[in-house]
Amino acid sequence: MSIEKKEFRPKIVAFCCNWCSYAGADLAGSSRLGYPADVKIIRVPCSCRVNPMFILRAFEKGADGVIMCGCHPGDCHYSTGNYYARRRMTLLFSMLDYIGVENGRTRVEWVSAAEGVKFSDTMNEFVEKIYSLGENVRLGDLRCRS
Amino acid sequence: MQELKDRARELLADGTVKRVLGWKIGDLPYNPEPAYFETEESLKDFVYNGFCGANLSKYMIEASKLDGKTMVCLKPCDTYSFNQLMKEHRVDREKAYIAGVGCKGKLDIEKIRKQGIKAIERIEGAGICDEAETLKIQTVYGEKTCAYADAMLERCHVCKGKEHKIYDELIGESKETADADRFDEVAAIEAMSPEEKFAFFQKELSKCIRCNACRNVCPACSCRKCVFDSTKFDSSQKANVDSFEEKMFHIIRAFHVAGRCTDCGECSRVCPQGIPLHLFNRKFIKDINELYGEYQAGEDTGAKAPLTDYTFEDAEPSIVGKRG
Repeated sequence: MSIEKKEFRPKIVAFCCNWCSYAGADLAGSSRLGYPADVKIIRVPCSCRVNPMFILRAFEKGADGVIMCGCHPGDCHYSTGNYYARRRMTLLFSMLDYIGVENGRTRVEWVSAAEGVKFSDTMNEFVEKIYSLGENVRLGDLRCRS
Repeated sequence: MQELKDRARELLADGTVKRVLGWKIGDLPYNPEPAYFETEESLKDFVYNGFCGANLSKYMIEASKLDGKTMVCLKPCDTYSFNQLMKEHRVDREKAYIAGVGCKGKLDIEKIRKQGIKAIERIEGAGICDEAETLKIQTVYGEKTCAYADAMLERCHVCKGKEHKIYDELIGESKETADADRFDEVAAIEAMSPEEKFAFFQKELSKCIRCNACRNVCPACSCRKCVFDSTKFDSSQKANVDSFEEKMFHIIRAFHVAGRCTDCGECSRVCPQGIPLHLFNRKFIKDINELYGEYQAGEDTGAKAPLTDYTFEDAEPSIVGKRG
């Protein structure tokens, strides 16, 4: 009897802002554009709502990749939220890279409500990347692993 | 030191200040501790020497709530922290009488111990007035010597300069101690491969016992309620059960002070496990300098902090991968 090896299925968390990217994801759906079911979307009011701890927490709880989507710079529903988020995420990703987390596991993409195609392309590409990087063994709470 | 003590006595006597915030003699020759002195008699225990590394600016948050003025002794690097606290409205300038004290580099007892000098009874040459290049250390095993520069704290080797940014009067002389670039260590780690980086931080951070000393001492960590005290936060008030918890703690700790950290080096000084915590803070400072322009927290109370500011042309987060 052999132990069956489980096929690797990544867990990907996508933080999407309510006004642009979430609507973009909606458009991708209603346009019947596909993206892998490995992506779990979390809706946030604005990309600026994403606390750096959310990203770390997602990794801790077993995410293999985290992507944050927001309105294009200049198009934020609250005028300037995504500019602050941009600085914050740049510094956080740089820090994660510094402690040895592959920088392919984190990504920021600006997706507007009209860009359903971009949303599905981005997610396909990102999932592809996470497949190639494999399971995230460096971060994460081992208790959360099945 | 006598000059400083005399001045403190004078100010207490004429009622300019209600109390003096300085250092008092500890139970060992190398551990003076921060203390308030409210009477002239109590000043007999006042001390200022090479081991007075503690940054007293954070104590001014509490002292600002007390009645009357407090004379606070600040070294050049501490004045950056005081400025930063003033900018954040955490201390009251009116309640402080700042004595800018001279600094000739502060000593690290761990560095002396690492040279095999143990069971120390007395140390000569650590006084602030001494021009000594070497320390004469009397131990139970006889007299040993140690170069002053070899016993200095890491932060003094990368000193920001001996100019006080804010003061009411200056007492005592300073001596330049900088002999290295403060981003050298960070650059060396950046050049490693992801595996090496991970192994390096794993090794350093696995020593963490979550005593919270780095948080408690940090002048930038001055929130009344701290995220790490929340019971909802996974790693609060307990030792780590997993290798990621301490990384999470230290990244969050450094991120909370990013753009506000003056690089005073207190976190590394107080760490009982000797973790080089300044490496996290300096990485953020280095990134901010490179991406958003040179910024020194606490230098100028009017400047906007980098994380509460933006420009339309800011770099995209994907720059992290491109910089290599």
